[in-house]
Amino acid sequence: MRVGIVGVGWFGFQPEVVDYSFREMMFKAAQRAYEDAGGLDPRSEVDAFVSCQEDFWEGISIADEFAPDPVGGAMKSVYTVTGDGLQCVGQAYMMIRSGLFDVVVVESHGKPSDVETLNEVIFTATDPISLRPLGLENVHALAALEARAYMSKFGVAEDHLEAVVEKAHKAGVKNQRAVYASPGKSRSATPVVAEPLREADVAKFVDAAVVVVLASERVAKRYNDTPVWVDGVWWSTEFSSLEFHDWAFPLHAREAADGAYTQAKIADPYKEVDFAEVDNRYSFKELQHIEALRLAPRGTAKDLLADGAFCPGGRLPVNLSGGALAEGVPFEVHGLARLSYAVGVMRGEVKAEVDKAETAVVHSWRGIPTTTSVAAVLRI
Amino acid sequence: MTNRNLNFKHRVAVVGAGLTLFRSRMLETPQELAWLAAKQALDEAGLTLKDIDCVVIGSAPDAFDGVHMKGEYLAEGAGGIHKPTIRVFVGGATGVFVPIAAWWHVASGLCKRVLAVAEEKMSHAAKPHTQYVFRYIWDPVVEKPLNPNLIWIFAMEMHRYMHKCGVKKEDIALVSVKNKRNACGHPSAQLCMPNITVDDVLKSEVLVWPVQLLDISPTSDGAAAVVLASEEEARRITDTPVWIKGIGWTLDTTHWTNRDLAYPEYVRRAAEMAYRMAGIDNPRKQIDVAEPYDPFDYKELHHMEGLGLAKKCEAPILTREGVTQRDGDLPINPSGGLLGVGNPIAAAGLMKVAEIFWQVRGEAGERQVKKPVYTGLAQAWGDLMQAGTVIVMGI
Repeated sequence: MRVGIVGVGWFGFQPEVVDYSFREMMFKAAQRAYEDAGGLDPRSEVDAFVSCQEDFWEGISIADEFAPDPVGGAMKSVYTVTGDGLQCVGQAYMMIRSGLFDVVVVESHGKPSDVETLNEVIFTATDPISLRPLGLENVHALAALEARAYMSKFGVAEDHLEAVVEKAHKAGVKNQRAVYASPGKSRSATPVVAEPLREADVAKFVDAAVVVVLASERVAKRYNDTPVWVDGVWWSTEFSSLEFHDWAFPLHAREAADGAYTQAKIADPYKEVDFAEVDNRYSFKELQHIEALRLAPRGTAKDLLADGAFCPGGRLPVNLSGGALAEGVPFEVHGLARLSYAVGVMRGEVKAEVDKAETAVVHSWRGIPTTTSVAAVLRI
Repeated sequence: MTNRNLNFKHRVAVVGAGLTLFRSRMLETPQELAWLAAKQALDEAGLTLKDIDCVVIGSAPDAFDGVHMKGEYLAEGAGGIHKPTIRVFVGGATGVFVPIAAWWHVASGLCKRVLAVAEEKMSHAAKPHTQYVFRYIWDPVVEKPLNPNLIWIFAMEMHRYMHKCGVKKEDIALVSVKNKRNACGHPSAQLCMPNITVDDVLKSEVLVWPVQLLDISPTSDGAAAVVLASEEEARRITDTPVWIKGIGWTLDTTHWTNRDLAYPEYVRRAAEMAYRMAGIDNPRKQIDVAEPYDPFDYKELHHMEGLGLAKKCEAPILTREGVTQRDGDLPINPSGGLLGVGNPIAAAGLMKVAEIFWQVRGEAGERQVKKPVYTGLAQAWGDLMQAGTVIVMGI
């Protein structure tokens, strides 16, 4: 049984949403998604709701208590996944394929502007015995170590990172959600965050909420004439202990992508995928993830990028939205941000420079210090 | 819901279960606890980690273990490395929700063998007491400034139930006595009290009236795990798979102040969902043994009524008449429940699922109930008196 995306709604994508609480942001995004799904009534037409959030991001213990009301799910089947929004899509995909559910709503929200001590909160995700005693004052240092390992192993230079940053900001200008897009910004002029990463290499945080409505093939056409089909979605965790994971290559992204491609029966992603939205919360991550998603052989993403293959209008455009570098990272919403942009392109609602938009792969990584990736294959 | 297709392509069975000790302070790390339970469940199923396709983790607030993104951290202990691993969360109701989420991992046809692990280490939490974590579960604008305590609101619920149903403290204390005695047959139990009496409960320290010390479950560290498999795999693994026949869960509104505190409507709806899937129309007759969530003694009664195992206000009467004893007509919490075995939040819920698994297989040892067991039920409860999760299992 195929699973289709029949409604998408988003709200925010501003550095600081001051007028709305996180619950009001959820409500707004949900309202837009239900309207997009042909005015679907969440009280009578939805079988289950999945919310993707983390307690420490919210500043509330057992934050899932607050999931039901804003999305219309009170007294219905609602639960939380502490993961990226795309993992929630994965759960909805499984739920619908099981045959027990027809319509499942996926929600995620993030309000980083509410968090005063982001560095400390992120660092609390490291192992309390082996890593936390180091008292890292700058968590980006962990990403910088990965960057060093990757760059030295595959001969990537800072110029290549510059190209990624430049592409992201150029593409972001055409994306109405990309508040951080600033073309012409010189990477080398920004201060160093942690060698070799400069400020321009690190995506900033942004407040946002995204809601997605998924439906089984049987009922999808009731809500939308042009459902975007989820033909595969898979996720993988590499190693919880950072010290044991592969510093130079994101194996988790490779495993997640391979799972999704197998489900979608894609043998050669470079030929069969029309465009991709991947995680680029650090500039070097875009190159890594392109390779992990088999859109380029290992170590060659930098060269193909230089040839323009991944640019808008190129052979296989990657991050037509500008990705996290241009849009920002809204915590666990990130995967849904990538997905909702891809859906817009595929439906033709977003005018993007892409030859064909029939098959897309979207990917998200959960950020430092995790080793978890999710990938989904979309078709229209 | 109206369009639900009840002819599932893939049936799902539980084929192994494991538990650590439940204790107030364990020396193992959360990862180690998770692995102890996972290994035991794998051993019981005769499998190794290599045989597992997907992992589902359950754990209640991150603040207990003191780790942000606790699911990522636990992935290693739960055997989720280089595998699709996910953590689900519905507050205290998480324990029973873990096998529910694992159910659709298998039922979707995407995973064949799934390891479901629940872990909680409450002794890590803020000092002076674990309750401190619960100061941050409230609405940050309206409720948090009042600094409510979790036991306060449950005291309100208990009071309301006692008032509406005319139940005496003595009747409610019978639940505590039954469960703490039952726990003596459980190798993991934290609070086995073979000689406890109603008088002991009534004389114990008052926490928030009417809740007294022996009305409430302890804080605990512990982990539990079960292995789920598709029909084809299950038949290969064991001669006695225990089938998951029904799943259901409901979340009520966040605004607990507007709720009917005397009757858990959300549990009723969750149970209805599970019963519809399992083809149960008379739970009182068709359920042979049940493990409703009992973090407080009155909650067992409350939940029996929500689950339709007793009529409204009838549960205290059934308890007084001995119907809910291990040798009774409807054994309730033969494991000893949270009151006896202990309450490492998520692990406690999964412990109940493991108990039903062993009861249905006839492997519960001295805890085995007298009547033959064909169908059993486990239920958990959580969030702001808001979440109900139900699973029905049988042969």
